[in-house]
Amino acid sequence: MTIETARAGRAGPRAARISAALWRRPWLRGALTLSPALAWFLVIYLASLVVMLVTAFWSVDPFTNNLQHQLTLANFRQVFTPTYEHIIWRTVLLAALVTLTDAVLALPFAYFMARVASHRVRNLLFMGVLLPLWASYLARVYAWIVILTKGGTLNWAFRHVGLPEPNIGYTSTAMWLVFSYIWLPFMIIPVYTALERIPDSLIEASSDLGARNSRTLRGIVLPLALPGVVAGSIFTFSLTLGDFITPLLIGGTNSSLIGNVIYDNIGTANNLPFAAALAIIPIVIMTVYLLTARAFGAFEAM
Amino acid sequence: MHRPHPRVRGIGAVAIVVAALALLVAGCGSSSKSSNTTGSTSKSGSGTSGLVPPTHGMAVPQSVGKGEGSLNLIAWEGYTLPDWVKPFEQQSGCTVHAKFAGTSSEMVSLMANGGGGQYDMVSASGDADLRLIYGGDVRPVNIDLIPAWKDFHPFLQNPSFNTIDGVHYGVSLQFGPNVLLYSTAALPAAPTSWSTIYSSQYSGKVSVPNNPIQIADAALYLSKTQPNLGITDPYELTQSQFDAAVNLLKQQKPLIKKYWNLASEEESLFQNREVVVGAAWPLQTGDLKKAGFPAADTIPSEGATGWADSWLLATKAPHPNCAYLWMQYISTPKPQAQQALSFGETPANSKACDVMNTLEKGGCARLHADKPDAYFQTIQFWKTPLAQCGNGNSDCVPFQKWVNAWTQITG
Repeated sequence: MTIETARAGRAGPRAARISAALWRRPWLRGALTLSPALAWFLVIYLASLVVMLVTAFWSVDPFTNNLQHQLTLANFRQVFTPTYEHIIWRTVLLAALVTLTDAVLALPFAYFMARVASHRVRNLLFMGVLLPLWASYLARVYAWIVILTKGGTLNWAFRHVGLPEPNIGYTSTAMWLVFSYIWLPFMIIPVYTALERIPDSLIEASSDLGARNSRTLRGIVLPLALPGVVAGSIFTFSLTLGDFITPLLIGGTNSSLIGNVIYDNIGTANNLPFAAALAIIPIVIMTVYLLTARAFGAFEAM
Repeated sequence: MHRPHPRVRGIGAVAIVVAALALLVAGCGSSSKSSNTTGSTSKSGSGTSGLVPPTHGMAVPQSVGKGEGSLNLIAWEGYTLPDWVKPFEQQSGCTVHAKFAGTSSEMVSLMANGGGGQYDMVSASGDADLRLIYGGDVRPVNIDLIPAWKDFHPFLQNPSFNTIDGVHYGVSLQFGPNVLLYSTAALPAAPTSWSTIYSSQYSGKVSVPNNPIQIADAALYLSKTQPNLGITDPYELTQSQFDAAVNLLKQQKPLIKKYWNLASEEESLFQNREVVVGAAWPLQTGDLKKAGFPAADTIPSEGATGWADSWLLATKAPHPNCAYLWMQYISTPKPQAQQALSFGETPANSKACDVMNTLEKGGCARLHADKPDAYFQTIQFWKTPLAQCGNGNSDCVPFQKWVNAWTQITG
């Protein structure tokens, strides 16, 4: 086969010319290789974003539900009314809380995995972290309903040890708990990667210079783990920011997130322009977040 | 160490590209606007000047010809089961292709542009009907070609949600009330008023649907308890009446355990003893009873809202003969009874009762199909809230505002 290719290369003068032309122009070679992927990115990904951006400036005829193509800022004016501002703040706050919780849980766990556990134990822990991802998101949320509901496992357990029943089914607390559980693997993996990269020599040097463990932790481990935490937080933060299923299933009466309002405006009201205007808010928040994360060097840990 | 990652530096470039493309598309949008707006102004124009559906003058057939061999339906899931679709296919030669819609709005979207020359009929609910009729997406039907129509309950022969100025845009199909569901263990005596879910008696143990049309339930209750508001139709509310209903729902919110999204969700709320009373469909009552849970439902003294579905004919239906054959067939007692029992609703055809009892012992009574017309008169059927309402002032609150208010209440 190699012989045949070589012969083809020698025999076809046109092929040779093309090959030579490409060799002389590396940018063309790159462009040709990249163009299918680039076209896909432009058409599917950016174009849909653009359509959404533009839709946000349109409106819907309240009567026939037809799109009206006059440009208007009414949708954005409506987004910045107390009702929706409140929901936006709730969403951001919940996303931040979930991120913080996952960071606090993931740090010691990932440290143990990366630096303490034996090879065998580490593999087992990896399995443990990734195993829940094999099950459907919905199945896991429903499992939490069974746990948190009034007649559920949690109340049962509290009752049996003589404590008052927590009764947190269908509340924002339940949402926080479920989100923290569901996105935890997405925090553990990047933090693990960051911690594993810390050279042993740095830690040895620290103790050789007389630093106690806590000093080493504060001065060496935590700063070097930070990019991993920030990288993980991008997942936990953005995934919470965009979710609408968990609030729908396990939230109570004060649990609507941005995603739910978007869902309602598409599904019930068929008001795509307003949904689009609202959808731009998480994009803006994430852009700010990513730029901040970049300042922390988060993208080197990914 | 602090080398900016190239992918991230790209964010700025991507943002610029997106913004540039957006400007470009926005420009195209406004340049093509002229053609688009002429289309939509003619529609909304006819809507405001006396509310005439755009298709009201379309000719109707005087007889049903031979079937075209195919029928494309947009339906609620469970509305086209083989039990009653197979016999139709055999006798008419029309093969049924059904596309399921999840929400009324999805139905309206799918039916845009008169069904697009693709769909023949849609099993729309009352909250979508007027949007379809005034959007020009459905067309008049010659009701004389549907023999079983004369057996319909009188209030479903010319209901305001599918018949405008004597012109029919389809045939009624099935209906049901939104009932007050309660646990008989917690409430031994049947509640007689909707105040059960508005007063603090069962605080934290109430569940109502997560649906903006719930505002109409509050308005219906207010129409009886606060007659000075002057509410005559819970779907035609002036701003002050609307505000009163929204206020009632805001006061109700602390009593709510959860606004339910799926019927099964409310059932498990009852089974887990999270709630003891709520607004529901007869479906949930039946399911809970079947599961051995002590539940019952009632239509309280203030009456109830309800839903009623119709088969509407698409303006650009490619198979009109098959559509008429389908309307003739689906209006007859047997398929009416089959669908009612399978879905848990009440058939439009009053003669379906006997068939229901043949198919399931006590099936007719279970779905209230044996009740006298006075019982059905207490049901206010869902219809699209429009600004141009019956009071002639066009000052009612339209559905979009209902959705916003619902977010305000529940969010």
